Amino acid sequence: MSLTSDDVRKVARLARLVVAEDDIVPTLDNLNRTLALVEQMRTVETSGIEPMAHAHDMSLRLREDLVTEPDEREALMANAPAVEEGLFLVPRVIE
Amino acid sequence: MIGSVVSLAADLAAGRVSAVELASDALARAQASTLNAFITIDPERTLQEARAADALRANGAAGPLTGVPFAQKDIFCAKGWRTTAGSRMLGNFVAPYDATLVVKGKAAGLVTIGRANMDEFAMGSSNENSAFGPVRNPWDPARVPGGSSGGSAAAVAAGIVPAATGTDTGGSIRQPASFCGITGIKPTYGVVSRYGMIAYASSLDQAGPMARSAHDCAMLLNVMAGFDPRDATSLPRETEDYARRLEQPFEGLRVGVPVGWLGDGVSADVRVAVEAGLAELERLGARRVEVSLPHARYAIAAYYVIAPAEASSNLSRYDGVRYGHRASAYTDLADMYARSRSEGFGGEVRRRILVGTYVLSAGYYDAYYLKAQQVRRLVAQDFAAAFGQCDVIAGPTAPSVAYRLGEKTADPVEMYLGDVYTTLVNLAGLPALSLPCGTGEAGMPVGLQLIGRAFSEAQLLNVAHQFQRVTDHHERTPAGEGRGVAK
Repeated sequence: MSLTSDDVRKVARLARLVVAEDDIVPTLDNLNRTLALVEQMRTVETSGIEPMAHAHDMSLRLREDLVTEPDEREALMANAPAVEEGLFLVPRVIE
Repeated sequence: MIGSVVSLAADLAAGRVSAVELASDALARAQASTLNAFITIDPERTLQEARAADALRANGAAGPLTGVPFAQKDIFCAKGWRTTAGSRMLGNFVAPYDATLVVKGKAAGLVTIGRANMDEFAMGSSNENSAFGPVRNPWDPARVPGGSSGGSAAAVAAGIVPAATGTDTGGSIRQPASFCGITGIKPTYGVVSRYGMIAYASSLDQAGPMARSAHDCAMLLNVMAGFDPRDATSLPRETEDYARRLEQPFEGLRVGVPVGWLGDGVSADVRVAVEAGLAELERLGARRVEVSLPHARYAIAAYYVIAPAEASSNLSRYDGVRYGHRASAYTDLADMYARSRSEGFGGEVRRRILVGTYVLSAGYYDAYYLKAQQVRRLVAQDFAAAFGQCDVIAGPTAPSVAYRLGEKTADPVEMYLGDVYTTLVNLAGLPALSLPCGTGEAGMPVGLQLIGRAFSEAQLLNVAHQFQRVTDHHERTPAGEGRGVAK
């Protein structure tokens, strides 16, 4: 399965990544090489085989819905690019 | 030259040396090194840890490894330490909390000499994908140390520190161990907590120790392993002493060598060294048998669907809002996300996110991701069948010795193919170890890989330790002198 330039633009949009127009072709080339490697496994006979998401086929453990962590809001927000009164600031989204 | 984890632990316990002295010496070596093995060195913080370790000992509360210096792969959040995961995205991120592995290390009194360089977000096999420059192989600075735990491997091989932490998603502990002539083990999935470990591919990632010997690795694994309620994939199991059967002889141990693993897929020099390693195991009492892993050759392809897919999900958290790089110029929120991410992530990371996004997207999920998960089960079934005929599987860790910097950067797939013997182990969640078994081209180290059944780390370490009692590959340093490593 070979990608086209439009596929690259679409996937980049989904991934929230910028791919500059003059980068489209080199990116496309790289992706197609990886997908060519991936093609190998698509020929394997897998009918009736249960997909394996976890090495030991475990479901994730749940825990009690209790407060266990202390309030460390300031420390946790210390790496944020822009904050104000305990809120993360982002460009306006609602007019 | 510095000692091993075991010998330094003995020196500390006997009062022959203090944690502060060891740390000061290690810092001096780290700062003088040109290998670029460290992203962050913070002498003040290190000496604080060393003083705390000496205080633990003065209070009679020292454990077996209190005061031992080590390098911490820059992927584990450690409170107050800059934690970058080798990326510009986290170039100024100071972790506000400790990973469980870090908490355990502190409690044990291990002393962080520095934050080890790595491929960005653990994506890479040569440590050439770091935003902080490539790491050089101490055996030949024109060659790569392997990756993604390249800084960790180089720091140990160069004798800067006796030990380091690493992580392994597709071979990132074992392959650098092989390229740098040291010992490293990736435990069974779920044995070491991933809480606070910056995520790449959550169903594959696993942390483990890297050091000069299996004995050292066993001591470190004792500190690192254990159930953690904060990691939903951590396995509730009884505490184990991974050093408990190091001295056991293994007469009759069946060592399975997969058909085709010593054929055209490895370079001649690697084949010779690995065959010599297998012969050594036979001299120690092992019985060599041939096993078959028919779906092994599809594992790389399945891995390069599953890992990028999981990475695309894990790395979606980097949006420039709560932490990490934010672009300085953007038009609106969507543009801020895209620019921040594209500026913060390097080329290989962006490529893998794109692959991962594609294989998970509508219309392609079944054909790629689901298919890869089915192949994953076939790989796991192959291993289960093989372990019906043998106790341990052995073979090369990598198809070649360390290659030159820049040699494989033009075509990413060429580099991916180097993971052919390691990725299948992560897919199956099994434990595996790499130990040095000889040298190849240009005197570069060659690693022998041992793969075990789930939870057989103690057995793998036993086999490696017995091998290291009668060989000296693990004692060789780039300078050529023996290290007098305590056995």
